[in-house]
Amino acid sequence: MSAVDSVRDRLDALPDVGLVVGFIAGIWTIMLLLAIAVGGAEWTNLAVGFIGSVTVLMGGYAILALALNLQWGYTGLFNIGIAGFMAVGAYTTAILTAPTDPAAGAVPGLGLPLWVGLIGGMVMAAIIGGLAALPALRLKADYLAIVTVAFSEIIRLVVNWDGLAEFSLFGLPVGTGGATGISFKSANEVASGFINGIGQPLVTAAESVGVSGPNLANLTYGLMLLGVMGASYWVLARITNSPFGRVLKAIREDETVTQSLGKDTRLFKIKTFMIGCALMGLAGVLFRGQAGYVSPQQFRPTITFYVFAALILGGSGSNTGSILGAATFSGLLFYLPARLGENISFGGTRAPGNIVDAVAGLASLDPLPLLAYTVGNVSTLRFVLIGVVLIYIIQNQPDGLLGHRNEPATSVSLDRSQAGPGGETDE
Amino acid sequence: MNESDTVDRQETAVTSDAIESPLLEVDGLRKEFGGVVAVDGATFSVAEGSLTGLIGPNGAGKSTTFNCITGIHEPTGGQVTFDGQDITGLAPYTLANRGLVRTFQIARELSDMTVLENVMLAPGGQVGESVVRSVTPGLRGDVIKDEEGVRDRAWETLEFFEIDHLAHENAGNLSGGQRKLLEMARVLMTDPEMILLDEPLAGVNPTLEEKLLERIHELRREQGLTFLLVEHDMDVIMNNCEHIIVMHQGGVLAEGDAETIKSDERVLEAYLGGDV
Repeated sequence: MSAVDSVRDRLDALPDVGLVVGFIAGIWTIMLLLAIAVGGAEWTNLAVGFIGSVTVLMGGYAILALALNLQWGYTGLFNIGIAGFMAVGAYTTAILTAPTDPAAGAVPGLGLPLWVGLIGGMVMAAIIGGLAALPALRLKADYLAIVTVAFSEIIRLVVNWDGLAEFSLFGLPVGTGGATGISFKSANEVASGFINGIGQPLVTAAESVGVSGPNLANLTYGLMLLGVMGASYWVLARITNSPFGRVLKAIREDETVTQSLGKDTRLFKIKTFMIGCALMGLAGVLFRGQAGYVSPQQFRPTITFYVFAALILGGSGSNTGSILGAATFSGLLFYLPARLGENISFGGTRAPGNIVDAVAGLASLDPLPLLAYTVGNVSTLRFVLIGVVLIYIIQNQPDGLLGHRNEPATSVSLDRSQAGPGGETDE
Repeated sequence: MNESDTVDRQETAVTSDAIESPLLEVDGLRKEFGGVVAVDGATFSVAEGSLTGLIGPNGAGKSTTFNCITGIHEPTGGQVTFDGQDITGLAPYTLANRGLVRTFQIARELSDMTVLENVMLAPGGQVGESVVRSVTPGLRGDVIKDEEGVRDRAWETLEFFEIDHLAHENAGNLSGGQRKLLEMARVLMTDPEMILLDEPLAGVNPTLEEKLLERIHELRREQGLTFLLVEHDMDVIMNNCEHIIVMHQGGVLAEGDAETIKSDERVLEAYLGGDV
């Protein structure tokens, strides 16, 4: 039995909630230990900073992975335009909620309340998702992938275009801000308003042990994102554990058979695509628009591939797996290496300026230059690490952490009814 | 000779037995793929409650005819009537909901789903196929109630085909014969009037073959289901079907009971490689 198998067996034994809580707590513990190791006297502030940032990342990626799991993991809809649908959600929210009288040089918006903006963003992302899916649904699955990636780039280029940077909508000045982006009142501000208002005693207490206000606000926001993740999980679990979810799985397995059994698969696919895109739109504003500012640079296609990496890691087809994959990807592969690189030093050895000098040290049996170089450039090298992990997973554990699980899509217990044929009691 | 209804049937060269109450009528069906004419004016009927066999050498157009009837392909010409209604070119899901379902030549199980899931997928109009009903707290009760009914029926159906011990197994792990049984169980769950079976006995051992045929006869007797069966095994067709249609080069070559077909010169010629 390989090491991965034994990890799996242990994962299987835990209930799903325990699994998720355990995973997140584990990553928090790693961050805490790192902060203690490198933080010195300021370790508390550093720990809250690390944990806050990693929580925001985990929450954001988990929502995205859940949405992709519905589309790709369950239904087999190959959406590689995630970044684009995130941008639609984020920009719609930004335009709806940006102040009507912005600071000099910024783009005005409609000044609506944030909740209106969030709903508007989700609705718009769903509509654009539906539009993208319509032509592609008549074609084979691969074409949907091409259409979505094209859509996502078109969206990014449109919001980057200065032709729409500022224009008049029914007499009201609005715009995307073009390449400079757009500022709006974000959910993060709501979180820091909350922590600085009602949570003031907490802030005071935290400051007395050296934790800064902004770090505490960031952690609060991360926890809020985890709350949104929990709500998304609840909705998606109900969608997938139902006859609807069963049809989705059947479409993934064999669409012709599903049609032959009387299911209008096109409707199921469009609905699923729209729900997934709505969730991606929400993640777009809550995660990428966290700082109350969105710009086209935040919606490059790379984020799409990160979400795929997270889902493959966790196991496509499993909602719980999506969260674990997102936590592993964002916490351990994306965030941790960068922090390690920043905070580890090798005594007096300075990192060489390039890889040739770093390897040259090996000739004199001195590995320190190479180590120092590796750690110093870990921000870049972690992408190599992500690639290596992905290749390993796809070759050796294609089901990821939880994709091997048998999670029947149903709302009831599937055991044979004891009451015999036509019996009404369960068990 | 002619049926009592007024459907205008094209006269074919073959001698056709009178079909009292046709459930399925195929009239002048034509299907072209580019320059190839796969089905060329096939005309036949299937009587309600019958077990009709469809045979013919390879390339005779049997599978294409099946695909045109069940909406997988859109016919180039001709008409298909089911239960008195024109169903030509309708989508597979529409046909399935009207009671016309099919199985596939190569069993197409949904391999990453359990046997029970495969079977529970099939019933039409399940309450829980609506997203809103599945998610909204107050409405999910109906979904659960409906699904309990589906589950109990699914277990009964699996018992009928004697694959209930495999209920929680992934369908992909089943043997070839078990997959055929699963396909039958699945189409039966749609509550059909007529089932089109595309080589259900190919690659099935004799014991299982007998079991499958037994089930088919039982379903005819007890539920009045109609079957159209494509099969290569002549003995099976001759011994089980009361009406047999022979296809050759895209058209219907002969029609009738086993004796008629056995004594038909043209059928022998087609099978023994006359003018192909």
